[in-house]
Amino acid sequence: MNSRRLGTQVGQLARRSVLRTLRQPAQIVPALVFPLFLLAVNSNGLASATELPGFPTDSYLTFALAVPFMQGALFSVMNAGTDLARDIETGFLNRLALTPLRSGALLSGLLAGAVVLGLVQALTYLTVGLIAGAELVTGVAGALVIVALAVSITVAFGSIGLFAALRTGSGEAVQGLFPVFFVFLFISAMALPLELIQTDWFHDVASANPITYLLEAFRSLLFEGWDAGALALGFGIAAAVLILGMLAASRALSARLVRT
Amino acid sequence: MSGGGNRPGGFRAVALAVSWRSFHNFLTNPAFLLPALLFPLFFFVAFAGGLSAMSNTPGFDFPSGYTAFQFVFVLLQSAAFGGVFTGFAMARDFESGFARRYLLAAGRRGGIVAGYALAGVLRALVTWAMLTAIALIAGMQVGGEGVELVALYVLALFTNLAATMWAAGVAMRVRSIQGGPLMQFPVFLILFLAPVYVPLSLLSGWIHAVASVNPVTALLEAGRGFISGEPVLVALAFAIALTLPVLFGLWARGGLRRAEAAG
Repeated sequence: MNSRRLGTQVGQLARRSVLRTLRQPAQIVPALVFPLFLLAVNSNGLASATELPGFPTDSYLTFALAVPFMQGALFSVMNAGTDLARDIETGFLNRLALTPLRSGALLSGLLAGAVVLGLVQALTYLTVGLIAGAELVTGVAGALVIVALAVSITVAFGSIGLFAALRTGSGEAVQGLFPVFFVFLFISAMALPLELIQTDWFHDVASANPITYLLEAFRSLLFEGWDAGALALGFGIAAAVLILGMLAASRALSARLVRT
Repeated sequence: MSGGGNRPGGFRAVALAVSWRSFHNFLTNPAFLLPALLFPLFFFVAFAGGLSAMSNTPGFDFPSGYTAFQFVFVLLQSAAFGGVFTGFAMARDFESGFARRYLLAAGRRGGIVAGYALAGVLRALVTWAMLTAIALIAGMQVGGEGVELVALYVLALFTNLAATMWAAGVAMRVRSIQGGPLMQFPVFLILFLAPVYVPLSLLSGWIHAVASVNPVTALLEAGRGFISGEPVLVALAFAIALTLPVLFGLWARGGLRRAEAAG
């Protein structure tokens, strides 16, 4: 009975979150167009990188196709966080706090929009990439795993957006996080494989940056073949970020409701 | 009320007052100062540090090395985005109603746009000072001499003015910060459709075709020529650098007329 009630709570909020995301083209369009534009520019501008000795594939497009999935996940931080911040600013969260809604249901429901956006993003990036000529050596099964990984990462990053919104209560502050996450992406093996990064300190930072291993998980499926280690690391990092993000968001929610 | 010189409400007085307020806001508000300083720095670090192996690709023969190669791009990019951020400040002033008070107080309203443009240049100078210092600390090789380096920064200055005029034209038409993407995206687009990572000769396919007709390519190639001490495309680059602020200045003037008409 309790689990059914919890399911109803999550379901209601998930429906609202999904509809809210789908009704905001300003959230969906940039999250699709911006990463694809950068993919088009970088895959051509850096095509000569494939001539570097040791470059793992002869198609830079295939190598670069991993990046939009990460950029899409960064958009989910902004979108999930901004939506919740708006609920805080408009007082909607306060009204929810007066209902018997559980905090776990609230947070899970709010991430439903991120799941849908992640799915739309992953399918779009993969389809456009394959049409443009990218390889996918693991075939249809690999495509399914790529979509699953992309959605996992999008949801995990979305939980950070929820935490930021609950902590600050401001959409502007959540938007301000975008450059921070963008820096994480830039200082990773985004443009070249780790072993070809020559600058020592950059190599060290990129090696310690979890984004590098998320990118490598995608790349393993695109042009290396099935690599259980790379996939375990990719899904493991996504799970760890989700757990930490939800714990932090849960604590921030409790603190906010006490203040309310 | 019309008049020039330093009379209250005159062009110069208005320009100086507007630029001082805008520059003061920039220096004293970390939310404005930090992105302007950190963004170019991150791009420089990511491109010069993360992509240095690109200098080993066959056919890449830039004499001053990959750090200097990327420094020129980041310098011009920061110039352009400095102009866009100035447009943001202008849009914010319109949204808050402050710009309306400017319009009421100024006898020669062109001074308002000039003031924002001057503030944009001052902001860019702060960013460039930091960027140049960091590039030199990072070991950037400079092959160009005094005049060539001055020419590089003059190109950046005109780029900044052109971007400011573009963004000002949008800001005065939209009169809301919601016009931000409209100011930003075309600038981003034209910058990244130039030879960012490798010289034009190493690009192929559609990006080569687009970069060949992109005016930013001439600015970039001339700038890279200046820093390496082997100037190329100087006349073309300066013709473009002088023309763009004039064209976008006309665009900004039209925006000012729209803002005046809107009241």
